[in-house]
Amino acid sequence: MTTTQAPPPVKETFLPVIDTDAAPQHPRPGLGKPTSEESFTLIGTWVAALAMAWLVTQRLLPLGGWAWLVVAWFALGILFTIVTGFMSGRRIDVVDRVAGAVITAGALVVGAALVSTIGFVVFRGWEPLLHANFFLDDMSGVGPRDAFDRGGIGHAIVGSAIQLGIAIAITLPLGIGTAVFMTEVGGRFAGVVRTIVEAMTALPSIVAGLFIYTVLIVAVGFPRSGFAAAMALSVMMLPIIARAADVVLRVVPGGLREASLALGASRWSTVWHVVLPTARPGLATAVILGVARGVGETSPVLLTSGVATFMVTNPTEGVMNSLPLYIFKGARSPEPMDIERAFAAATVLLILVLALFVIARLVARQRTTAPRPSLLGRLRRPTHRQEIS
Amino acid sequence: MQSSYPDAPEVAPRKLARKATGVDRVFELCASAIGATVLIITGGIGAFLAGQSVPTLQRYGWSFFTESAWQPEADSLGIGAVLVGTISVAAVAMVIAFPLALLTALFISEYAPAGMRSTLISLVDLMAAVPSIIYGMWGYFLVMPHAAAFALWLQQNFGWIPFFKVDSDPNAAVWDQSRYIGSAFCAGIAVAMMVLPMSCAVMRQVFSQTPPGEKEAALALGSTRWGMVRTVVIPFGRGGIIGGTMLGLGRALGETIAVLLIISPDFVIKPRLLEVGTNTVSALIAGRFGDASAAQLSALLTAGFVLFVITLIVNTLAAIIVNRSRSGAGTDA
Repeated sequence: MTTTQAPPPVKETFLPVIDTDAAPQHPRPGLGKPTSEESFTLIGTWVAALAMAWLVTQRLLPLGGWAWLVVAWFALGILFTIVTGFMSGRRIDVVDRVAGAVITAGALVVGAALVSTIGFVVFRGWEPLLHANFFLDDMSGVGPRDAFDRGGIGHAIVGSAIQLGIAIAITLPLGIGTAVFMTEVGGRFAGVVRTIVEAMTALPSIVAGLFIYTVLIVAVGFPRSGFAAAMALSVMMLPIIARAADVVLRVVPGGLREASLALGASRWSTVWHVVLPTARPGLATAVILGVARGVGETSPVLLTSGVATFMVTNPTEGVMNSLPLYIFKGARSPEPMDIERAFAAATVLLILVLALFVIARLVARQRTTAPRPSLLGRLRRPTHRQEIS
Repeated sequence: MQSSYPDAPEVAPRKLARKATGVDRVFELCASAIGATVLIITGGIGAFLAGQSVPTLQRYGWSFFTESAWQPEADSLGIGAVLVGTISVAAVAMVIAFPLALLTALFISEYAPAGMRSTLISLVDLMAAVPSIIYGMWGYFLVMPHAAAFALWLQQNFGWIPFFKVDSDPNAAVWDQSRYIGSAFCAGIAVAMMVLPMSCAVMRQVFSQTPPGEKEAALALGSTRWGMVRTVVIPFGRGGIIGGTMLGLGRALGETIAVLLIISPDFVIKPRLLEVGTNTVSALIAGRFGDASAAQLSALLTAGFVLFVITLIVNTLAAIIVNRSRSGAGTDA
């Protein structure tokens, strides 16, 4: 028997042995619901951080006050997250947890700011709201020290309604008409109009007010009035509504237009019976949001309407008050009662904006619910579904 | 066109009329008339502002942009101080609003439970709809005392930075609160609240367009959630982050009423953000229009025109950047 000589060592390709069934070297980060251990670590970390923050700021260091407590809570929470993170994971897991904590904290800060804004305004202004006369009466003959059962913001509410009504009557047809022109007619001229309208959305509202003040009040000699204020609001709202309506009309499917035109409808009836009804929820949302922006704008009104303490219903007659202007004047007043009334008016304005906003949401939501199908559609739909399945 | 078959009769292509006729022509003309009206109204404002600023710029020349005083009686007018004030208020607002808007947008699009998402989006939109006067009152009555205390702390600890310097003794037994209120810093906080939801909405919208395939690919490769956000969502949404921030900046530059409520007007070019007294272009207009003569009105209009041009440039750049980022949305696998 000849012993076979061992072959000379050949460099072979190294093939790592991978055991696909073995557990990974480090546990993979979970993406689903946190396990009970993870939630315990998370809650425990932040409770411990709060306790430590209280101890540090309120007992050990001269940093009294809740602001320092919150800051210390956050800083210690991040620190404890790092520590507990290294107990169970690697650096990557720690970074993930810290990033999650920072992002959540940022969102919480924004939420707290929003809640504090609304809560503060309502908290400072709830008392006058309990009196019905606050919504109905005007401020004529009411002194700054009079009790809240005298006087109110009826004149400001009426003034705001009249000014906005005029502004809507001007901007709605013009804004939607321009959007129809830009999307349905098109051409080079429409491109120019679109460019200019988009550029004018950058116009600061105070400059819109100053323009109307210079042209209408100083040059023409028109008195400071609700009409002038309405013009200033229109100048501000027109580009906003036109641009928003343009965006809404552009997403109307072209097939609908072509179907209508192919059936022999004229351009106008296509727009009136097909394009505008399809875009109605979007248009309503655009208009309502434009109105919500207009109702709270103070600066154009400040320059053009003047301040009245009494009820004015004629927009061309003379000075007229409005809600934002009433709030502004009240907030600058040295009298605490005036400031409180301003906060109450701000609450009313806030509720008004909120109501407009909710209406806009409800109108916009209708888009998702399909319109009631026609008889033809109802007959066809099942076959269509069968084809899919 | 010659037919390829010599025997075939000559066929002229059917004529297609591209011009509208009859009722369609009327519709086109009416729509064009409305478009022209709006063009005249909106373009007229721009042209009017530009035209009004010609005499002022001829009168004062470049010193209109560098002169800090606004003293019409001494014939010395300039927007140097208010421009610096406008930019410093907007800068403070963006320093506060940018990180918060980014974090909130990331939270809503990536971290929030799916059931809460639409509610949170509505809340951000609602925040954008809150009138600026209300943020002004919030800033003036609630935040300003705390902001002044924070400003004192900043001065005590970081007073060597020129921005945080205040012309007042930081270690006095009773600190002089009136030196720390009405500053660009206080106004910037209120303006930040106004621009934050706007920037946040744009950022969130771009983040939500991130191709889900790429996000899932990152997660399938073993990435953590933050790793996925850092390597997929943020690079994809970079255009939206920049564009949303610039849109917010455009709004911050033109904000009037909250600034007017909070600041103490002052016409000095200074980098000291925490110190009382500053002014912005829009607050200048709101404060000075009432007692202005024709020439001063023209100067105010010029200031407004300069503000409009700056806002326009910022907004246009933002729109270009946001649109460009959306054009990359076609890379979905």
